[in-house]
Amino acid sequence: MFTNDGGMVTVFLNSLKMVSGSKLGLAGLVVFIVCLGVAVFAPVLAPYQPLEKNYDAAGKLMKLHPPSVQHPLGTTLLGRDVFSQVIWGARPALIIGLSTAAGVILIGVNIGLISGYYGGWIDNLLMRITDIFMGVPFLPFIIVMLSLTGRSMVTVIFAMVIIMWRSTARVIRSQVLTLRERPFVDAARISGASGLKIIYVEIAPNILPIALVNVAFALAWAIITEASIGFLGFSDPDVMSWGTIIYRSFASQMSYKAWWWVVPPGAAIMVLVTAVYFIGRAYEEMINPRLQKI
Amino acid sequence: MLKYLVNRILFMVLTIYVLATLMFFMFRLLPGDPTMTVISSAMSPKAQEAMKRQYGLDKPLYRQYTAYLNNIVHLDFGYSFQHSRRVSQMIAGRMLNTLLLILPSMIAAYALGVIMGAFIAYKRGGRTEISSVILATAFQSAPVFWIGMLCIFIFSVHLDIFPLGHILSPGMHYGKSALAKYLSLDFFHHFALPFTVITAYNICFPMLLMRSSMLETFGEDFIELCKMKGMGEKRIIYKHAMRNSFLPIATTLPLILGWAVAGSVVIETVFSWPGLGLLMVEAVQCSDYPVVQACFLMIAVLTIVGNFVADLLYGILDPRIVYK
Repeated sequence: MFTNDGGMVTVFLNSLKMVSGSKLGLAGLVVFIVCLGVAVFAPVLAPYQPLEKNYDAAGKLMKLHPPSVQHPLGTTLLGRDVFSQVIWGARPALIIGLSTAAGVILIGVNIGLISGYYGGWIDNLLMRITDIFMGVPFLPFIIVMLSLTGRSMVTVIFAMVIIMWRSTARVIRSQVLTLRERPFVDAARISGASGLKIIYVEIAPNILPIALVNVAFALAWAIITEASIGFLGFSDPDVMSWGTIIYRSFASQMSYKAWWWVVPPGAAIMVLVTAVYFIGRAYEEMINPRLQKI
Repeated sequence: MLKYLVNRILFMVLTIYVLATLMFFMFRLLPGDPTMTVISSAMSPKAQEAMKRQYGLDKPLYRQYTAYLNNIVHLDFGYSFQHSRRVSQMIAGRMLNTLLLILPSMIAAYALGVIMGAFIAYKRGGRTEISSVILATAFQSAPVFWIGMLCIFIFSVHLDIFPLGHILSPGMHYGKSALAKYLSLDFFHHFALPFTVITAYNICFPMLLMRSSMLETFGEDFIELCKMKGMGEKRIIYKHAMRNSFLPIATTLPLILGWAVAGSVVIETVFSWPGLGLLMVEAVQCSDYPVVQACFLMIAVLTIVGNFVADLLYGILDPRIVYK
């Protein structure tokens, strides 16, 4: 485990180094960075605008054209370039995924820390609240929220964060329960450190590795959920996300004729989420050496 | 044990109550007035008043709330805005359809996942392990509705083995008996593809978890002892290691059950499976709020009861757990 003298940044850098030590982890890291690059440079990389209608030389709308040199992944029913849409789709996936993961960790870690450290009625209350949240059906809840407050990216992130913190809080709490019995926490207490200081200075750095694993899993889960919302047609209609591309093809009933319209966005989701899982798993194996090959 | 059971059931009721309350206030306090879809502002003020009285919206909020709770206890969700039918009538059959799809596939996924996970752990370090881990992770990372669409594309559209969706062929009638309908060959023909897709998708998680759990168990002292006793490797794995590795998987069962029930929304949409999830999506699309509310509550009840059953099962599996 880590000591707290290195600070959180060092812990983070160390963990990156650890992940790249495993083959799958390194592969995941490379794919993830490529996806980040695609999202950042989407305007440069995409040959067309995602919502631009393309016409052929004779001025006819290029409806459902199969892949060609001009349109590497073909076109949609409205003559839009699928390749450009998939490139632009990396943006909402990563923006929503990363913001959700950040929010989930922020809430989950704090609740886990407070609950685990203070124990007693505080712990009891917080854990019962967590249990109640465990009963909330995730996707249906987001759909209800979106149908009541309008289909914006912010609502999607908000709705995911207020439900997803529940599992992180539980994991962190159980870690804190063992940590608070350790001698260095006792030492801090005897030397007169306040509860909050012990939580955030002594205990927090030690749960950071577990929190980082949870960041990866929350990120993966958020990307898939965002795609599901898009697929059901509840995403912001002006943002071209991977889920929305699949929704458009499904709703137009052309998805079973034009495979090039459906396969690429789904494959993009699969590649990005797999990469995130590999990063998370590689890191988990590092901090829990028992999982490694014997 | 009895005290634990009573406490657990009381907590279950409390959870359902909290969610029902949350729904009530969400629908009334969030921006966007759900009544707009029925009570149009183009109506004369008098007609609007009459409509409000009919729905009980003229009463103060706390009276509406108590009436709402009272109705829920009696399983009365009012009338659908869209179909002028009782909501409770609409959701009963839908709930059965959802359960018929989710439960068998979850059981199959867990049974197969545990066995496959143990097998991969047994093959640790080899090529089989690496490739199955990569494959399972990738499969789990793909959106399940997309896998469903690809399967329909391959098996229904191209190979024409399975129907394109729905639960029965149009125009089929099986008399009055519901049992005849669910035991018909036609039903199983429609059931096969969505069942296979959900099972295959849900296998990944218990499988990967079982693998890591087995690897952890292999490090324990009692495995060493078994080896020293000269026990065969297969016997150690299937008789001793597997049993002990199964517990962490059992704890995840409620979580996964929750995902599966909530995730049935997308699967039912892809396969046009007439379950609660599809009904909810359709109801949201046409702002049929009483139906949305009822579907949400019923899906929540399924999740909560599922959690409860899984908790009890866990206690049976692990005799070390003492109920307080």
